[in-house]
Amino acid sequence: MLMSEDRRSYTLDSTLETVDNAEQAASEIAAANGFGDDECLQIAMAVREAAVNAVLHGNAYDPEKKVRLDFERVKGDLIITIRDQGKGLDLGKIPDPLSPDNLLKTSGRGIFLIRSFMDEVEIHPSKTGTEIKLIKHVHGAPAGGKEASQ
Amino acid sequence: MNLKTTNREVDGITIVDCSGRITLGEGSVVLRDAVKELLTKGQKKILLNLGDVNYIDSSGIGELVSAYTTVRNQGGELKLLNLTKKVHDLLQITKLYTVFDVRDDETTAVKAFR
Repeated sequence: MLMSEDRRSYTLDSTLETVDNAEQAASEIAAANGFGDDECLQIAMAVREAAVNAVLHGNAYDPEKKVRLDFERVKGDLIITIRDQGKGLDLGKIPDPLSPDNLLKTSGRGIFLIRSFMDEVEIHPSKTGTEIKLIKHVHGAPAGGKEASQ
Repeated sequence: MNLKTTNREVDGITIVDCSGRITLGEGSVVLRDAVKELLTKGQKKILLNLGDVNYIDSSGIGELVSAYTTVRNQGGELKLLNLTKKVHDLLQITKLYTVFDVRDDETTAVKAFR
């Protein structure tokens, strides 16, 4: 793990444990940056969903492929970037889970939940992987990135 | 904490008391197996008590949908009981709150089965 005052970076294996660790880290860093309980939960869930996509759909559990997770505090924003080494997400294939045809589908809600919980979401697919950037505006008083527990 | 389930029977209805997290991996598998086992035994009237489920992710939501459709396709009924605020909110934003029959009182929930 790399760490500086306003930035934390993790390189993680393509495992389910990574998903739990990413969620936990997000929750702790969100709390340390002044977010309330509900917002911490939303941020942690969004990161969990993005990590699931990276591990499961992006890297397909390939032990040779890693997931890169960056937390960055930029002015009034907490910016979280999750990057996988998969074939790149096809944005045209992201379903609308609220469509009546999809309502009873058992998958396809991850990106929707991420968009619901974060203020801004950017998805950048490429042939060498997908990068998803999650942005949450900080409304509360920041405690500073240094205080985030590890 | 991963999901734990305990079954009990009230007036011919199987109430599955769930506690923990329904998430990708073990949590979802535990729920899937619990419902599958009940259907194998012919118990098709199932009330999932989610009062102690404090966390659910998109995979967990998918597992609830799967349980609902699987039971329904076998001629049974599956209802949800005692949603926590977090789970309630998730079902609201995914528009599934109106798909499931959600109850907050066990006695009336049991009586609601046909």
